[in-house]
Amino acid sequence: MKQRTLKLIGAGGAVSLLALSAAHADDPVSLTIVSWGGAYTQSQIRAYHEPWMELNPHVTIINDDGSANALAGLRAQAQAGNVTWDLVDMLPSDAQLACDEGIIMPIDHDAVLAAAPDGTPPTEDFLPGSLGECFIPQIVYSTVLAFRPDAFPDDNQPTSIADLFDVENFPGRRALQDRPGTNLEWALYADGVDPDDIYDVLSTPEGVDRAFAKLDTIKDHIVFWTEGAQAPQLLADGEVVMATGYNGRMFDAIEVEGMAADIIWDGQVVEWDGWVVPADGPNIDAVMEYLYFATDTQRLADQASFISYGPARASSAELVGEHADLGIDMNEHMPTAPENYFAPIVLDNDFWVDYGDELRERFANWMLQ
Amino acid sequence: MAQADAGVAPLSMGRPRKEKLVTADGMPLKRALQRAERRRKLAAFLLVAPLLAFLLTVFIFPIGQMMWRSVDNPQVVNALPRTLEALRGWDGQELPEEPVFAALHADFMADADRPRREQAIGPLGIRLNYEVSAARGAISRTARNVASFEAPYREAFLDEHRLWGDPNLWRIIQREGRPLTMSYYVAALDREFDEDGRIVQRDENRRIYVNLFGRTLALSVGITLLCFLLGFPIAYWMSVLPMRYANLLMICVLLPFWTSLLVRTTAWIVLLQQQGVINTLLVQLGIIADENRLSMIYNMTGTIIAMTHILLPFMVLPLYSVMRTIPPSYMRAAKSLGATPFTAFRRVYFPQTLPGIGAGAVLVFIISIGYYITPALVGGQSGRMISNEIARHMQQSLNWGLAAALGTMLLVGVLILYWAYNRLVGADSLKFN
Repeated sequence: MKQRTLKLIGAGGAVSLLALSAAHADDPVSLTIVSWGGAYTQSQIRAYHEPWMELNPHVTIINDDGSANALAGLRAQAQAGNVTWDLVDMLPSDAQLACDEGIIMPIDHDAVLAAAPDGTPPTEDFLPGSLGECFIPQIVYSTVLAFRPDAFPDDNQPTSIADLFDVENFPGRRALQDRPGTNLEWALYADGVDPDDIYDVLSTPEGVDRAFAKLDTIKDHIVFWTEGAQAPQLLADGEVVMATGYNGRMFDAIEVEGMAADIIWDGQVVEWDGWVVPADGPNIDAVMEYLYFATDTQRLADQASFISYGPARASSAELVGEHADLGIDMNEHMPTAPENYFAPIVLDNDFWVDYGDELRERFANWMLQ
Repeated sequence: MAQADAGVAPLSMGRPRKEKLVTADGMPLKRALQRAERRRKLAAFLLVAPLLAFLLTVFIFPIGQMMWRSVDNPQVVNALPRTLEALRGWDGQELPEEPVFAALHADFMADADRPRREQAIGPLGIRLNYEVSAARGAISRTARNVASFEAPYREAFLDEHRLWGDPNLWRIIQREGRPLTMSYYVAALDREFDEDGRIVQRDENRRIYVNLFGRTLALSVGITLLCFLLGFPIAYWMSVLPMRYANLLMICVLLPFWTSLLVRTTAWIVLLQQQGVINTLLVQLGIIADENRLSMIYNMTGTIIAMTHILLPFMVLPLYSVMRTIPPSYMRAAKSLGATPFTAFRRVYFPQTLPGIGAGAVLVFIISIGYYITPALVGGQSGRMISNEIARHMQQSLNWGLAAALGTMLLVGVLILYWAYNRLVGADSLKFN
């Protein structure tokens, strides 16, 4: 243990806080880590948890699949004064809300995270805009459009988000998520708005009207999905000819399960996902040690061997290799790969925290009409 | 305990004599009896105490807490005490003057000095964002930069974010600067406050809840009706079959009851979807064309079918238990007196099943009005119910005040319906078993 602590200091110039906390850290400790479950948690277990537990036999990691309702769970635990979660995987917009409420810890990224192998401090190594006041990003994921090639003639396959809104040339039902995020962005993008201007347009009442008007054009052809697993399922069942979904789920369905579908990277909506540390958690010192390890350059690159989400550190990109089980090169499946990242829309979390309530109501109303 | 009271009543009434009765050891009989009674009551109370405590902690208390949350409004009061003081007497028309902004600055500065967990500005932003979009952004941005503000503060705040120059935000701060609010109920009724503080309907494209309440009610009535139409013949058949076969049939009715809800719901997805069993069968039989496959799931039809199936046993069981007790001789007697089979059924048999129908209908209706998982899985959009919206506010938007207001309205609605039922039919006639 002491040896490892020394290594940490040597490697990252870490703060003395870690060394202090490690002094009596050999007592058995179990960390409850909350994540999304399924293939995603599996990738974290294999890339982070197992190596860490091997290095630290006294640490046991308990996985909790509570991320879908993490915000509610964090708030309930904080209000009850009984915080049982040590580390939570959540979306940055939720993290911002939790941070505003003071129920998760602010993070001084340069002080508590490892630098890149070449010494670049974390605040410069993590992708621009990904760090939050209380948020440590792990991955970049994106919401993409996937389609069944067999539903369209060979010489007329969909290639863009505009085709999602073109029911004349590409007939058939489409599966969209039952929330305004992503859908409104795509409606504007398909209507000719430049990806960089989307949120400026969406901040105006006219822009919102324009997005809903565009959605109106395909409304009769939409099936809505709620849970991430539903989208590939609807495609596989032939219920729809196109579906929006998370790129990791689509990768899994296509490459692992063998579903006949193709991904359209045009207009992919890019978002981060990462860790937050509940305030007053039971084992904050042990968690910070774990985080230092689990968010370093190598670990983030390792995770990409188990799931097709891009590492949130620039320095991890060159270390991404093959899929651990399938042996296929993962680089081309990363949302951040240059050939996929040609027209990304970066999800603006501040926008959604500010305007989300109003737009969700309007979207719910629109779905019910 | 009611029984204990009833037991002692005749004794105390039948005691007109003057001389006191005493027990063998000289104690007045009355007191001895009282003591024995008290012991019995205590024993009875101790027996129900665990259940009572259980109900109090997991049922009554959370419901009370929910109702409290729907009006609880501490955020503005906690965060902006000085501003509220300075706002007193503001007429709500023009933008407030410098003293109010100076007080606002003081409130922001005071908040930054508090320990993090006690800071009130973050929750304030979230709270105000429920009333006006972008308020959270305005407040968190201001909080980051407020330390560098210099007098005159009014300009400094207006430069920081446009919302500070919006009298509407100030009206909201003034209105919500009280420990209790009705704004969650106003929102739950698709209404909002206008500039003069009157409650008006929301923009048409933001109204959802009233519509959803109506749909939930309609769906629940429809499902109850369907359960009755499907359950009545089965219950009747079971009640007239010999016990051996009736039990077999009973198992068939109960079997789905013992299967996981999720499994049953998923089974319906397999059956009903467009590429599912039923559609494929119909296409292969040539009844419908391949491109006209029926949409039976991810819409209202899906919700109705799956929920009717799930709730059917709740209708069949009370019906069956009532029908079992109706002697077949009544029908024979009616027929022997000249009634046609239909008249005999209508005037003799059917009225006797009413307690069972009432119990089944109340059960199915009340369960379905709060149903949540099945509509979420198979309801698509048109098959969603109010409970789905409550769950969303509980788990995702985290607007617990609004969730509590919607939940309280649902609860009160059910209680009113039950009260009306009681007035019309009488709850005593319910027969659950």
